[in-house]
Amino acid sequence: MKERKVVAGSQKSKNKKQKNKHILKIYLVCLLISALCSLSAFAAEKWAGVDEAVVDKIAKEHGVEKQEPFINTDQGDLLLFVFLTAGTIGGFAAGYYWRIIMVERAPKVTKNEQTNKGR
Amino acid sequence: MKRLNPALLRCSYAVAVSLFLVPGNALAMHISEGLLPFNWAALWFAVAIPFVGYGLYRLKKMSEVDLSFKPLVGLMAAVIFIISCMPIPVPTAGTCSHPCGTGISGILLGPAISVLITAAALLIQALFLSHGGLSTWGANIVSMGVLGSFAGYGTFRALRALRVNMWVAGFFAGLFADWATYLGTSIMLASGIKGADPFMPIFTKIVISFIPTQLPLGILEGAMTAGVVVLLAKKRPDLLIKMRVIKAGEVVL
Repeated sequence: MKERKVVAGSQKSKNKKQKNKHILKIYLVCLLISALCSLSAFAAEKWAGVDEAVVDKIAKEHGVEKQEPFINTDQGDLLLFVFLTAGTIGGFAAGYYWRIIMVERAPKVTKNEQTNKGR
Repeated sequence: MKRLNPALLRCSYAVAVSLFLVPGNALAMHISEGLLPFNWAALWFAVAIPFVGYGLYRLKKMSEVDLSFKPLVGLMAAVIFIISCMPIPVPTAGTCSHPCGTGISGILLGPAISVLITAAALLIQALFLSHGGLSTWGANIVSMGVLGSFAGYGTFRALRALRVNMWVAGFFAGLFADWATYLGTSIMLASGIKGADPFMPIFTKIVISFIPTQLPLGILEGAMTAGVVVLLAKKRPDLLIKMRVIKAGEVVL
């Protein structure tokens, strides 16, 4: 009986490994296809955002140009400052809530439960 | 004193530190200020308002029942804000674009609350980061918030109902959330700028122009979404059961 259970368990893990291999293969094929599709479309200006390279460009071709933002922070290093400030605040907020979810409010696991899981 | 798990602490710090690295010049897919004519901008506002209102209602309802999901809302709001203004270079296309994050929030919080936090993130970006616009706020809410969240949520739920593995379901949810957003942006932009020209040629042109960047980025967003959902399912299955993302029977103890 025990042997049967062990065989079933090893078969299960084999199936899981095979499944993971298939997923990895699909992922690699997707990446390859996307890379091949993308090769034909190198942008004229390196690393322009798609809003410039696509949205604004096509809009301009149809006679529509973007307007200045309501609060224009796109002046010199001001935008850099604003983005860094936003990134800092957002980063702190994300880290703070992550800690609450993963550490402070995580259900406590006793030593017995940990050893049982280890087995 | 309570001892904290050092690996988790290190992970939290790594997340916080990595989020400091948001580059300074975020140029991506939000529709910029003034690109849509008044009637189209107004229409997208009218479409967005009921979804945002329903999101507020859901948030209020859930807060009345259970306060424990609030940190998850806070985390998702911060993640969406940062992810949606973080340009990622796509070497094969030579351009930059950003993921949306609405697939993750749609799965974890439900699409209605996801629309609400996306609207808040887009407003801050439009006001202070010269990213998107106030007149195009409604259109950006519909494309990123509504289409992204519902596509992600719907895909995940449908695949899970078909008993598809959680990683695969999360991957396709993130992928379709990203692609739905860019499809939405293409529809909005094409209908806004077409003038007297026919819709389809402009729409096709925009979609084709998005493909080199968004095809690989969608795959990245899929992997990211799957990673976050699987990680949370492993570390906090109780939270995901509460949010009805997984069923109690699916948790292996």
